[in-house]
Amino acid sequence: MPLLELENVEARYGAVQALHGVSLSVGEGEVVAVLGGNGAGKTTMLRAVSGLVSTSGQVRFAGERITGASPERVARAGVAHVPEGRGLFNELSVYDNLRLGAYLQRDGFDEGYERVQAHFPWLERRRDQQAGTLSGGEQQMLAVARALMGRPRLLLLDEPSLGLAPLVVREIFGILDDLNEKEGLAVLVVEQNAKLALRSSSRAYVLEVGRVALEGPSAELAENESVRKAYLGY
Amino acid sequence: MTEFLQQVVAGLASGSIYALLALGIVIIYRSTGIVNFAQGEMATFTTFIAWTLVDHGLGYWAAFPLTLLIAFAGGIALERTIVRRVEGGPVITAVILTIGLFILLGGLSNWIWKAEVRSFPPDRPFPTSAWDLGGVAISKQDAGILAITVVLVVALWALFQLTKLGLALRASALNPTASRLVGIRVGWMLALGWGLAAALGAVAGLFTAAASPPLDPNMMRPVLIYALAAAVLGGLESPVGAIIGGLAIGVLLNLVVTYDTHIHLDLDRMRIPIAFLMILIVLLVRPSGLLGRSVVRRV
Repeated sequence: MPLLELENVEARYGAVQALHGVSLSVGEGEVVAVLGGNGAGKTTMLRAVSGLVSTSGQVRFAGERITGASPERVARAGVAHVPEGRGLFNELSVYDNLRLGAYLQRDGFDEGYERVQAHFPWLERRRDQQAGTLSGGEQQMLAVARALMGRPRLLLLDEPSLGLAPLVVREIFGILDDLNEKEGLAVLVVEQNAKLALRSSSRAYVLEVGRVALEGPSAELAENESVRKAYLGY
Repeated sequence: MTEFLQQVVAGLASGSIYALLALGIVIIYRSTGIVNFAQGEMATFTTFIAWTLVDHGLGYWAAFPLTLLIAFAGGIALERTIVRRVEGGPVITAVILTIGLFILLGGLSNWIWKAEVRSFPPDRPFPTSAWDLGGVAISKQDAGILAITVVLVVALWALFQLTKLGLALRASALNPTASRLVGIRVGWMLALGWGLAAALGAVAGLFTAAASPPLDPNMMRPVLIYALAAAVLGGLESPVGAIIGGLAIGVLLNLVVTYDTHIHLDLDRMRIPIAFLMILIVLLVRPSGLLGRSVVRRV
């Protein structure tokens, strides 16, 4: 049984339908990438999982139906969502952001804090700094670190590379690889940077205007001619 | 000089009542972006509940915390049933709703408890004597009101700054979507804000009745104006600003009335226009108030 399963999911913003029956799955400990241009429905697909958009169809997480569940409930089920724009509490300190990431945890904050420091050692030095004053790359890393504080079973990442320098993007994907290999964290990542996303994931989907246009092992998709033309640029 | 200090002390006591009500307004404004015009009438309503409790034989200082609890629960219920429907919608809808609540609660107070004035509290809740501090008489009532205000403000500060719940309350106000994604039940946090604001209002109502008996269904109308002036002066978003604003307005109104030996302003008639004038001046000269952030919205 896959950890996350979407079956024929439709989602709409008012009168505008953004997803037209998307089916997709993420296995336990698997990294899955979703590619697609602007307006393809990538962000909406993540929002449909988190309950941030009104959804029909089937969304199941760990066997439990979560279609239409509130974001709070989806978070409680073990899904951490790093949204578009990172969703940090800019006015609060780095440390308070991490505390909020662990909001649902009754105990084990210190262990969680140590664990994220292993991946992001600079956090302790900046713990009292306002999150909004960090650089873009640091903000993205803090957003991932905050998501990890909730000890999720599945991490949803919305365009982690957006607006960041290539070097920083590579660092972030390196950390994701690490998290997946060492801790078995399942990740569903939406990306415009197809090259890195395909290298880090085992399977991938290509969304086009709210539908799955292509799917398969990432290595195969990387060789696919239309994917290469549209997303890899060679 | 003694006279001056005397008036400052008296002004601080009434100012702390304005500060409490203003603090309630700020808590609601920060979390929901709504200016709650019903804040004063909510306070009146709960003060009448306190009167009913005392009328049924409860002691004043036993009825006091019970009234706060009832106000707290009432504030939560009000948000969960009515106010939540306008949250996230146009500001004008929310404003009209709170003005509607103002009229509704005012009408209810008059209807349930009739528009007659009552002596409440039955006995003075504070000793009527005063301490003499180098010629300045500090009434025990003023001192008591100030002391309880300080305790409440410190407790509130501790709740918001030192507890996990307080962090969640602040986070919900700053970024509701991100808060929900980390698992915070933002709807209940907003309700909690209304509960706290209602409880602060209840204290303001009880003190207003104690400071200027008798109990009268319209007693909080001027106090609401002063509290709004205080909140605007402090910057609407700043709890510290609301407290400073409340105390400043309490003192200022007292001094203006005391030292006006030239035009002989009619004390009770001129306080409200002065408060309105202050709101106007602040909004014209410095809309962000003393401690508010200047409004920069990211789009």
